[in-house]
Amino acid sequence: MQAVTRYLRSLMLLELLRGLSVTLRYFFRPKFTVRYPEEKTPKSNRFRGLHALRRYPNGEERCIACKLCEAVCPALAITIESTQREDGTRRTTRYDIDLFKCIYCGFCEESCPVDSIVETDIHEFHMEQRSESIVTKPQLLAIGDRFEAQIAANRERDAAYR
Amino acid sequence: MSEIRSYTMNFGPQHPAAHGVLRLVLELDGETVVRADPHIGLLHRATEKLAESKPFNQTIGYMDRLDYMSMMCNEHAYVRAIEQLLGIEPPVRAQYIRTLYDEITRISNHLLWIGSNGLDLGAMTLFLYAFREREMIMDMYEAASGARMHATYYRPGGVYRDLPDRMPRYRESPWTKGKDLQRRNEWREGSLLDFIEAFATDFPSRVDEYETLLTDNRIWKQRTVNIGVVPPERALQLGFTGPMLRGSGVEWDLRKMQPYAMYEHVDFDVPVGAHGDCYDRYLVRVEELRQSARIILQCVDWLRANPGHVMLKNFKVIPPTREEMKDDMEALIHHFKLFTEGYCVPRGETYAAVEAPKGEFGCYLVSDGANKPFRAHFRAPGFAHLSAMDEMVQGHMLADVVAVIGSMDIVFGEIDR
Repeated sequence: MQAVTRYLRSLMLLELLRGLSVTLRYFFRPKFTVRYPEEKTPKSNRFRGLHALRRYPNGEERCIACKLCEAVCPALAITIESTQREDGTRRTTRYDIDLFKCIYCGFCEESCPVDSIVETDIHEFHMEQRSESIVTKPQLLAIGDRFEAQIAANRERDAAYR
Repeated sequence: MSEIRSYTMNFGPQHPAAHGVLRLVLELDGETVVRADPHIGLLHRATEKLAESKPFNQTIGYMDRLDYMSMMCNEHAYVRAIEQLLGIEPPVRAQYIRTLYDEITRISNHLLWIGSNGLDLGAMTLFLYAFREREMIMDMYEAASGARMHATYYRPGGVYRDLPDRMPRYRESPWTKGKDLQRRNEWREGSLLDFIEAFATDFPSRVDEYETLLTDNRIWKQRTVNIGVVPPERALQLGFTGPMLRGSGVEWDLRKMQPYAMYEHVDFDVPVGAHGDCYDRYLVRVEELRQSARIILQCVDWLRANPGHVMLKNFKVIPPTREEMKDDMEALIHHFKLFTEGYCVPRGETYAAVEAPKGEFGCYLVSDGANKPFRAHFRAPGFAHLSAMDEMVQGHMLADVVAVIGSMDIVFGEIDR
């Protein structure tokens, strides 16, 4: 008798129908996906993306060429050369980051004593040639200038935690 | 009579069901597998040698990239090994955060496993559902550490930053506004802990949905029941750990047997299988999803009630906070020293293991007293599991190979290292 009921039960495809009811319910539920790129998913202010070099409010670049970021970079992605400027301060003449080598660990930002090198929350960047993977100092400063407001706001919100 | 020669076939390394870069040389008799010979090394990145060439802290980021489905668990094994060598103990709050994130990682790993295993065996819908939940876990990772996967969050002596008191929210757009926006941001109104709690409370009902789709499904059962059976004695001999061992009926879980972090103080059960086939391993992992949600809720409760430091205060090992570094000359000197030379650990050797989602992930460190390990070795659970491939698939059909690979839950980042 039990065998017969089991046979009939399996003939009715009950467990398959239960599974289908789950998918059918989702068919009528609101969507989880977003319409990228018009809409974007929320991003944390701690996000580590494209690098930037920041300036002081008076326009002076922050970086003092202490080379801590170069020393701490696990992937050896940062190359720095420095010189003494006419006013006696130490500045970089070259600040290259190889984005192919970078593992976006955030150690450069952690190490920087003057908050110069930062990882912004920009993650949508691309390059058209291999050589463009190396971002130079003027490019990094330009990114910093362009997104300064956002960078500063993100840092401010996280200041209590660092 | 002429001799019948079996047919040799390459499975992978580009086969989508090979989960990465597994190359499996299969000897087939018709459609029955006579011998399976896994070839590894296609994702070899010399992580162990890299670790020996740079200061201790700089390797944390590379730990994420070993088993890239259970990032923070790998970090945990590594930082625990360093802490054992240094003889330091992180603050209790940091240990609770580690416990919390280890379990979040376990859910994330098992979600990917259940999704991709379903996909391999023909249950495609599940993949989408599992990745929807996984997306929220990525958000938790991002909110705490700043990266969706490669967190670099655990440090010797604690975790880098405390959990934020605000979750990022969806912005209004022409398609998402009013009620829709409210629904999307419902869990995100409060802090990260609120978000995690809402997720973990809701998660068991999502697991019920996965189970409705798979557990009783006749196709799923036909593909997994009595496939790749490993008896308990044999599982122990083969060096299985984690759900592979528990699926065979051996109750062994490092979280219970050698408790680390705060696992002694949280309440959870260890599921154990009975037959040691792919179906039992599936059931064990699904139950682990529920248990992880349980642990997460307990950790959230504790973390809410007990604010405090998440890092030790020891300038010889842990860099000072930014405020201290900018105010105090001595702190600045420590900051410079720690970010260039790092710290030296005493001579000695140690082995630290954690119950990673795939099994026992261990880190063996030998220090000669320098600022970098003299030797680092990582015990990857997947390596032992993959070694049993030949034994598990012998006599099965070609299609069952996929089921067995899926139930092993192998990731090549950790096997090839």
